[in-house]
Amino acid sequence: MAVNIGLKLFKHEPTPAEVVKKSREDRFFAREIIDGVFNDFIEFHGDRQSGDDMSVIGGIATLNDKPVTVIVIDKGTDIHDKLSKRNGSPEPWGYRKAQRLMQQANKFHRPIVTFINTPGAFPGKTAEVQGQGEAIAKSILESMKLAVPMISIIYGEGGSGGALALATTDQVWMFQNATYSILSPEGFASILWKDSKRSEEAAAVMGLTPKDLLEKNVIEYVIPESRNHPRVFNLIRKKLDDEFSLLNELSPEELIQKRRARFRAF
Amino acid sequence: MDLYDNQKSTSKIKRDASVNDRIPDGLFLACPYCGVQMYNKQLGEHRVCAHCGYGFRLQARERVALLTQSFEEMDSDIEIVAPDFPGYADKLARAKSQTELGESVLTGIATIEDAKVALGIMDSYFMMGSLGSMTGEKITRLFEYATEKKLPVVLFTASGGARMQEGINSLMQMAKVSAAVAQHQEAGLLYLVVLTDPTTGGVTASFAMQGDITLAEPHALVGFAGARVIESTIHEKLPKDFQRVETLLENGFVDKIVPRPELGHVISQLVKLHYRAEA
Repeated sequence: MAVNIGLKLFKHEPTPAEVVKKSREDRFFAREIIDGVFNDFIEFHGDRQSGDDMSVIGGIATLNDKPVTVIVIDKGTDIHDKLSKRNGSPEPWGYRKAQRLMQQANKFHRPIVTFINTPGAFPGKTAEVQGQGEAIAKSILESMKLAVPMISIIYGEGGSGGALALATTDQVWMFQNATYSILSPEGFASILWKDSKRSEEAAAVMGLTPKDLLEKNVIEYVIPESRNHPRVFNLIRKKLDDEFSLLNELSPEELIQKRRARFRAF
Repeated sequence: MDLYDNQKSTSKIKRDASVNDRIPDGLFLACPYCGVQMYNKQLGEHRVCAHCGYGFRLQARERVALLTQSFEEMDSDIEIVAPDFPGYADKLARAKSQTELGESVLTGIATIEDAKVALGIMDSYFMMGSLGSMTGEKITRLFEYATEKKLPVVLFTASGGARMQEGINSLMQMAKVSAAVAQHQEAGLLYLVVLTDPTTGGVTASFAMQGDITLAEPHALVGFAGARVIESTIHEKLPKDFQRVETLLENGFVDKIVPRPELGHVISQLVKLHYRAEA
């Protein structure tokens, strides 16, 4: 007991509201993660239908010398970058770019890694006209049919359907200070209690921290964060390599079956 | 002078105080879409606006009665266990007694003009048709059953989106149902969606937009984000009809808009076209 009290002095368990706050800070940048975890990243652009959404970065890279497809939602670095990426809210053509790269990975039997940090899919006029709902629906449906191993990692905010579109994978991991939820705590409070200022309270009841989600089997693994970023990236690289090796042992049918069963359990 | 006396007496006519008791509520209705006032009975059994063709929101059981020749309900006993969110249990109980449903969707095996289909109907009167874990469970089971029995699925969507009280579990339903849709698709079976007023949020971003054929009722509201959220994000007013199915049809997301009285015929026709060999 004495030991526990002693530990608590040094190790503060963050409240859900604190985790929400941290998840929105620029702790890790998309490009930094790509360069830190992978080698030889080559970026590809466009969905071949209507345009190229900068908030979704995609391409191929090597993970310990093995080719993988990497798809990352990026909030941007400076204010101009953030504005052009709508703070990481993809447009429908961003999701369609991701779909195209996933299909490509499937054709060439490459595993897929997605990194997610988004407040949600962009609620804009053009987004609606271009079918934001359909874009997300198709991302989810197509992910259920791909015969290659897929792992998604939420490294900041995992906002609703906009995050789920890239998180219907064999495994979902989260950074220690990331969140994954049906809606932002502000939106949740304003819908249920008509008062967006009660967001802290909302955060507490929503169960959006990695700890809560691990308990509910929504995610498989929590990545401990550190100020020493290379250390975090080394851990991710090793863990990804291990898990992909295990997933690669499954036949394509087993892999798809297992992925569907994973979500069937909810 | 008599003339004026007469006039005096008219002012003594009193307002009939009991008029509100004798005329029932809801005798005259305004169409939520075009705003035209009309006599209740003008709507007819299909509850369609005589002026613009908008279909008034129906409860799932009303629609079953209108649409099907026979209906055998599935999973009627499914209920959510332990809704531990504050106030959630009360809300559920109210919705259940109002709609005579266990969840926001009614599923079963139906015949629609001789076509046998697995039918799902979401009910916007049950907590705004929100996607709860048991809603997802019932729809998933409907697809699984249809895959096993080689039946087409016809799904009427109506939903305000995710069920906030269930949190992340509600989000996971989008993936769960999608997995069952994928299985059904791979078996080469028909999935027909009918978008009804309103279909938004998580339902639009999953199974409402995954059909092989997408029909819609006239003037139904269908979209992903709420109009107010969009307006406050882009700081401009949205045009009228922005998220109505007529606009979605123009933009390429709906196959056909079918007036409610013709839906049964169109659905059975489409189903028969896909199952000609076996018929």
